[in-house]
Amino acid sequence: MTLRLLQRLAILVASLVVSSVIVFAFMAVLPGDPARVALGVNASDAAVAEMRSEFGLDRSPVAQYLSWVRGLVTLDPGSSYVSGTAIGPQLADRLQVTLWLVVTAMVVALVVAIPVGTVMAVRHRQVSGLALSAVSQLGVAIPAFLAGILLITVFAVKLGWLPANGWTPPADDPAMFLKQLVLPVASLGLVQAAVLTRYVRSAVLDVLREDYLRTARAKGLPPMRALVRHGLRNAAVPVVTVLGLQLATLLIGAVVVERVFVIPGLGSLLLDSVSQRDLIMVQDVVMILVMAVLVVNFVVDLLYVLIDPRLRVSAR
Amino acid sequence: MSAAPVTTPEDDASGKAGADVLVVKGLDVSVRHQKLVEDVTFTVRSGERVGLIGESGSGKSLTALALMGLLPEGLTATGSVQVDGVGHDLVGADERAMSRVRGRDIAMVFQEPMTALNPTMRVGDQVAEAMLIHRTRPSRRAARVAAVELLGQVGLPDPPGTARAYPHQLSGGQRQRVVLALALANDPALLVCDEPTTALDVTVQAFVLDLIVQGVLDRRAAMVFITHDLAVVATVCERVMVMYGGRIVEAGPVQEVFTRPRHRYTQGLLGASDLTVVDDRGRLATIPGSVPAAGHFPAGCVFRNRCQHATAACETRPSWTATGDDAGFACHHPAGLPDAAPRATPGGGRP
Ligand SMILES: Nc1ncnc2c1ncn2[C@@H]1O[C@H](COP(=O)(O)OP(=O)(O)O)[C@@H](O)[C@H]1O
Ligand code: SF4
Ligand SMILES: [Mg+2]
Repeated sequence: MTLRLLQRLAILVASLVVSSVIVFAFMAVLPGDPARVALGVNASDAAVAEMRSEFGLDRSPVAQYLSWVRGLVTLDPGSSYVSGTAIGPQLADRLQVTLWLVVTAMVVALVVAIPVGTVMAVRHRQVSGLALSAVSQLGVAIPAFLAGILLITVFAVKLGWLPANGWTPPADDPAMFLKQLVLPVASLGLVQAAVLTRYVRSAVLDVLREDYLRTARAKGLPPMRALVRHGLRNAAVPVVTVLGLQLATLLIGAVVVERVFVIPGLGSLLLDSVSQRDLIMVQDVVMILVMAVLVVNFVVDLLYVLIDPRLRVSAR
Repeated sequence: MSAAPVTTPEDDASGKAGADVLVVKGLDVSVRHQKLVEDVTFTVRSGERVGLIGESGSGKSLTALALMGLLPEGLTATGSVQVDGVGHDLVGADERAMSRVRGRDIAMVFQEPMTALNPTMRVGDQVAEAMLIHRTRPSRRAARVAAVELLGQVGLPDPPGTARAYPHQLSGGQRQRVVLALALANDPALLVCDEPTTALDVTVQAFVLDLIVQGVLDRRAAMVFITHDLAVVATVCERVMVMYGGRIVEAGPVQEVFTRPRHRYTQGLLGASDLTVVDDRGRLATIPGSVPAAGHFPAGCVFRNRCQHATAACETRPSWTATGDDAGFACHHPAGLPDAAPRATPGGGRP
């Protein structure tokens, strides 16, 4: 158990290092000098040189990489080339917003996908199961931003039930916060639910064929109770794997959905920074997104151990 | 029926000996319009141990699963299965009614111990659950204690420790003993075992067989024991039914059937298992050919395409010839009668 934890931790650190090198290298090989890009073509050479030395851009790539990593690790990533404001607090602020969006969407997706996928599997030979499959197929085919636009059209524009866009921090006005959260979470979460439903369905179908489920019924459990008591935990293993991977899709979805709903999260920050040519900010946001995916997959790996005792070495 | 009190071996000694525990009549198992098991009829009395033998693909497992109401999706049973103490026919009973019967009146031990237990649940909890489902123990705690005791009864070392183990920490033989413990947990009137030792290491087979027989004896339970190993039937069972092509082709006391087989299929099975029987060229006897796939058995006598004694008469289905209570065979040219035509007694007196 501890061995596995240490192993996974080592893998996490190694992947963080590798991905940070890749992100850094990718930004470094972009044509153009970041200082020139930030100041614009009309800036004098002297101004550019001054900025290069102010931000340390005149140092070797290795020195620049190390100071960037140090900034991230010490949670003090310095200030933006463009606005000159501190990057740290901005990232923290935006990350919080995006986390609300992504985590709530994931919870909604699971709350929908687990029961619906299970029913689809149990009724896979019946019309109701096939109908649900068709609906989820449709859901998989709709991109999150399109779902967002459709939801805005119906619930905000036509019916006027919910605000079309905007963001209010939960501490300022909880009611408004929730109202504004509904549509973006629905557009991210329902599409995600459609995808997860299909994984839940196939995991449950596999479990339904297992001998231990027959044993459970032979003991006297009715089929649905047998499935819930003995099947779902086993079906969770493949679903949790997908969950980790789907988080990446969800983050990409969030970038777009934040734009559609005018939400000040990491996605908006990323797109704004790109358009303002704030390369260091872009680099930091991308790195945070990568870190989020890696950390979640690390957690997922540990979850397996909780779900499946076969992975615990000498648990007895 | 569910209100019946828990029976211990002591209270049901009250003159129940000889009562019919299981009465199967005209049981068919079909997939779409094809019959996989056909017209299976037999009775098992209190405390009896009855073997069901036949080559792989004969329909033994489907018969067992039909008794439990656990046929795979797409397969349907017709006919009648009555169990003592259950007020309704098991064939066609709804899931709720069946789940009250399963694990309480009839329990089953399956062939594959490696996959029969839930890998994510401690084995003690899996055994305790069998009792909690049917409320045969007053509390979770009492069920846990009883589970540990049952694990001890099936010869598992360190019962409290084993109760806390997960299935993957146990060997195949140990897992099969856990399955046996949970099958016996509610003192069922009938235990169905489907090749319970086939998947086990030869060194533990005899031990597990002993435990099964002991468990059944202790509870005065009846048993239907499926195997393709004739030696096992000879040690475990009093009576045997021979199945081929989804039908029972011969039945009778083990001693009788094994020493004086009447059906040509039984005769072939015995010859194939006996290493002293050789043909005139010194080769070991085997049944020629192999078991056809479901739906490819010949019309008339299902064994006709492999039988050396087949004649034109065998193109019509041989009727059941009773040779005693629960004994008989279905063959036009039975062994043991030099050239006499069999007496046909259709219907009555079948096992
Ligand atoms: N789910 C199923 N669908 C269709 N045919 C089946 C199914 N299960 C078993 N069969 C067929 O029924 C026949 C009897 O099978 P089975 O009862 O498992 O035989 P045995 O236990 O005697 O080896 C075999 O021909 C087998 O292929
Ligand atoms: S009925 Fe005919 S074919 Fe069938 S076993 Fe008897 S002799 Fe052989
Ligand atoms: Mg079988």
